[in-house]
Amino acid sequence: MLSKRIIPCLDVDRGRVVKGVSFIDIQDAGDPAELANYYNCEGADELVFLDITASSEKRKTMIEVVEKVSSEVFIPLTVGGGVSSTKDMGNMLNAGADKVAINSAAITNPKLIQNCSKYFGSQCVVVAMDAKKTNTGWKVYSHGGKIETNKDALNWAKEAYNLGAGELLVTSIDQDGQQTGYDNELLKNISDSVEIPVIASGGAGKLEHFNDAFKYGKADAVLAASLFHFRKLRIIEVKEYLSSNGFIIRK
Amino acid sequence: MKKSKIAIIDTGSANLHSVLKACKRVGTNVSITSNKKDLYKSDGIIFPGVGSSDAVMNYVEKNNLINTITTLMDKGHAFLNICLGMQVLFNSSEEGNKKGLGFIDGEVKKFQRDNKNINLKIPHMGWNTVNFKSTHTIFNGVPNKSNFYFVHSYYCKPKENKYFLGETNYGISFCSVSVKKNVIATQFHPEKSGDLGLEIYDNFTKKVSG
Repeated sequence: MLSKRIIPCLDVDRGRVVKGVSFIDIQDAGDPAELANYYNCEGADELVFLDITASSEKRKTMIEVVEKVSSEVFIPLTVGGGVSSTKDMGNMLNAGADKVAINSAAITNPKLIQNCSKYFGSQCVVVAMDAKKTNTGWKVYSHGGKIETNKDALNWAKEAYNLGAGELLVTSIDQDGQQTGYDNELLKNISDSVEIPVIASGGAGKLEHFNDAFKYGKADAVLAASLFHFRKLRIIEVKEYLSSNGFIIRK
Repeated sequence: MKKSKIAIIDTGSANLHSVLKACKRVGTNVSITSNKKDLYKSDGIIFPGVGSSDAVMNYVEKNNLINTITTLMDKGHAFLNICLGMQVLFNSSEEGNKKGLGFIDGEVKKFQRDNKNINLKIPHMGWNTVNFKSTHTIFNGVPNKSNFYFVHSYYCKPKENKYFLGETNYGISFCSVSVKKNVIATQFHPEKSGDLGLEIYDNFTKKVSG
């Protein structure tokens, strides 16, 4: 049986991991490869690296990061942040990424999803979306959740699926950073309307939240960042907990 | 023990480099090639593939490698076929119009949502277990029911049970490892399956170095 996946997400700026990764047994908390190794040993099922570098010139260092991480850690690696063309995606895949997440560029140009999945196969095209609750549903925001679009999250999820996305990474802007749980209603609605896997993101704060994202949100995978980076919870703990709750988990 | 030479067939696929990196990690003398001579001179061949089966077949056809590949397979050359590299071993696939290599009798079918599996997500993406029906040197050190990383929407259905070595469950039970002669084929990605996956590359290297 297929396991539910636990995925830590690391923010990378100019080739270095940023945002509070402070473990005692890590020598260089900014080194992407060392952290990738650490999470691999902790039992991470996949890794997500998000490039938050603002300028495209400095973005080239991300290619080097992917090269290095994928030479040392042999689990699936998703890379996102600033990917705006099939060429960008090709560069990431050639460097060793297994999947590439596209967000704002896909909103501006939905055909990008289609082109990428045609060139590289839908298995490596992850459409990431940031959604915020409204009175009537959920609205999609672009550019790291800063700009409101006219897209409804459910419709956008269906559109992305129909255009050839292989997976959806759904972040709740309302829940992100709150540590009060994922937006399971959003997740369930999206999961029910597409046939591709859905990764839950934004809001994990305690063990029960992972259970709920799978049970009520019908997610196929859960992503968390600071919770793991600050070691509020360890991946091993989450896995043991989920396993004892009857979920199928890779140990 | 001499250092064996492994050739990775250039299938134009996105995962070539991951396969290359895994081979290098286990200390293999390895290169990516679309040259017939390199394939003949190799001790073992890896046939990777992701994307679509037609794209892989077109690529291999364009490089005039189909005869070379099937000849070497028939002669008992060691192959490790991964993901789409496994699927193209069969006669045909529901995915595309192109014929497969027909090295193993059988077909490639798409996972389907049905009454029993109303919530089945396609692609089958993530870690799943492999139940080995018999042992094989390539899986030395790999416990039965270990987890491996899968990403695919189609699965292989060999006609004869003797080529059906590993079984995985996703809505239905399907063939995740197939072996015929010296060709070992896995639906999962050993290069993305952590230490156990690397073990398979290591075993393959040891096997071909005799």
